[in-house]
Amino acid sequence: MPDIKIQIKNLYKIFGANDKKMLPHIESGMGKTELLDRHAHVLALSDVNIDIPAKGIQVIMGLSGSGKSTLIRHINRLIEPTSGQMLVDGTDVLGMSDNELENFRRFKASMVFQNFALFPHKTILENGMYGLKVQGVKDEQAKPQAQKWLDRVGLSGFEDRYPAQLSGGMQQRVGLARALSTDADILLMDEAFSALDPLIRTDMQDVLLDLQKELHKTVVFITHDLDEALRIGDNIAILRDGEVVQQGNPQEIILNPADEYVSDFIQDINRPRVLQIGSIADPKNKSKGPSMDAETVVEDALQEVIATKAEGVKVTQNGKLIGAASLEQMIHAIARPTADKKGIESYR
Amino acid sequence: MSFFDRCVEYDKLSIWKFPALEKSCLRDVKKATDESFKSFSREYGELMETIFDPLLYFLIWFEKLLNNTPWPIIVLIVGGLAYLGSRSWKLSAGAMISFLLIGYLGMWKNTMSTVALISVATLLCIVLGIPLGVWMSRSERVQRIITPILDIMQTIPIFVYLLPVVMLLGIGKVPGLIAVCVYAMPPIIRLTNLGLRLVDKDILEAADSFGSNYRQRLFNVQFPLALPNIFAGVNQTIMMALAMVVIASMIGVKGLGMPVLQSIQNQYLALGLMNGLAIVALAIIFDRVSQQYGKRLQRHREGGHDA
Repeated sequence: MPDIKIQIKNLYKIFGANDKKMLPHIESGMGKTELLDRHAHVLALSDVNIDIPAKGIQVIMGLSGSGKSTLIRHINRLIEPTSGQMLVDGTDVLGMSDNELENFRRFKASMVFQNFALFPHKTILENGMYGLKVQGVKDEQAKPQAQKWLDRVGLSGFEDRYPAQLSGGMQQRVGLARALSTDADILLMDEAFSALDPLIRTDMQDVLLDLQKELHKTVVFITHDLDEALRIGDNIAILRDGEVVQQGNPQEIILNPADEYVSDFIQDINRPRVLQIGSIADPKNKSKGPSMDAETVVEDALQEVIATKAEGVKVTQNGKLIGAASLEQMIHAIARPTADKKGIESYR
Repeated sequence: MSFFDRCVEYDKLSIWKFPALEKSCLRDVKKATDESFKSFSREYGELMETIFDPLLYFLIWFEKLLNNTPWPIIVLIVGGLAYLGSRSWKLSAGAMISFLLIGYLGMWKNTMSTVALISVATLLCIVLGIPLGVWMSRSERVQRIITPILDIMQTIPIFVYLLPVVMLLGIGKVPGLIAVCVYAMPPIIRLTNLGLRLVDKDILEAADSFGSNYRQRLFNVQFPLALPNIFAGVNQTIMMALAMVVIASMIGVKGLGMPVLQSIQNQYLALGLMNGLAIVALAIIFDRVSQQYGKRLQRHREGGHDA
């Protein structure tokens, strides 16, 4: 079990003038719609509990209005909760004084935004330096530091431009560099790539994964795009109407969706390209065939099986045999689950 | 007998005639107000004058400085400042020609007095107005209180507040300066407040997310982004201050307003026209230069499509 970096405990957020007074209603079982109708308060987050491991990418996903952007803003307390705890390295962020909170935001957690939120009046370099300047770092040190990160995200030569002169993808690279330059070990990304077109988005995902291999930050990544979640997430928590409906690693979620909401969510993903043979390997299966690593996706394994005319593949993890997957098992696993129409209506 | 019993004639109540206070009563009320203000000004008039003395000395010093500087130097400074503000040779040349023409037509000294008054008034308005605007942008309650005061400052007939000022401070430069500022300060306060409030919430959130404290956020992000609006406020303040020049001359402020006032009283058409046009020339120069400067502050928006 890896270290837990961020622990979200019983977090509630209700929007409205008397949010604290509404809490007992929720605890006694009142639903979101009823609260809105009878008390004109909006339940945004309800009893959220997530343990976010250190040095991994935790994806939080959900449709619009599911509370995911509200949730990420609780981690650095851009939004005050109604009740609950937000433990980062064991310290409750929600109990910090103004001063402690400023220091937390300066040194421990930095954020990347959906609409970039760059400072339009500052050059790219000045944007990159902002977090350092706020920390009190002098120009002579801040400049090379910011430059290093701008180079790292591929923006060398653009230092003196203004954000309005760059394309969306490049602007978000600035956003990423600005967040990385503070050396905070938590990176909060609020739908950071959602505003970009598909090609650029994949590009930016690669940039992030590349950086992560080297930096091992704790990344909290918000998205509504399941393909993106599966591609970059070490762990995924799925949010619906402010409640966590399922959390686990991507493979678990694909193979065992917790309810119709989740299974509908994973309807249209490219299963052969996402499912790994490790998650369908059966220790009792004795199929003969080539050995492949557990993290190989089913698509590649199938190609190999067809090419070698084998019965299946042997699955190895760190060089050790953990089982095998037959052709039949693999095809079964990539079969698309039938859509549950009733389930769809229940949340649309 | 209470005040109301004495002053309202209950037996004559009618829907055809509004039950106003009886005349003698109204006179008493007015008299009491006048008397109390007079005794207040007798008591504190000198103190008030002392308070405003530094302002007076500064104004006199600045006016003397302008008048004692050789005219070619003034013309060059005007041209230089116009160029620095607007980066336009045409505007700079136009400003210098206007000043030469003004001097040639014998209005140099008055123009210097007016420029001194306008500059000091604008400076005073900025120094007081911007902090007030910042304060207003921080709190809804302050905004609710200050807004009606600004409405009063801008709409109350000028003579109504000119009178107590003159009663308190006599006639002269300082009352003139105060009169100008009362009228000219609202735009800078309003537009500072507005500009700060209009800054994109997402960008402020980003500033917060990096742990900026209030001052860092204000000076690094909010102010620079509000600057175009704040500058529009400065521009409006200058324009309104110039519009007050003639009124200020009524309470003894020297400058281009004085001859205009004389010409009204004596039907000197040419004199009025010349000095009036000199005021217009100053207004246009100030306006164009400050507007161009304000535009240059937004250079970062160039090349964008959505900024």
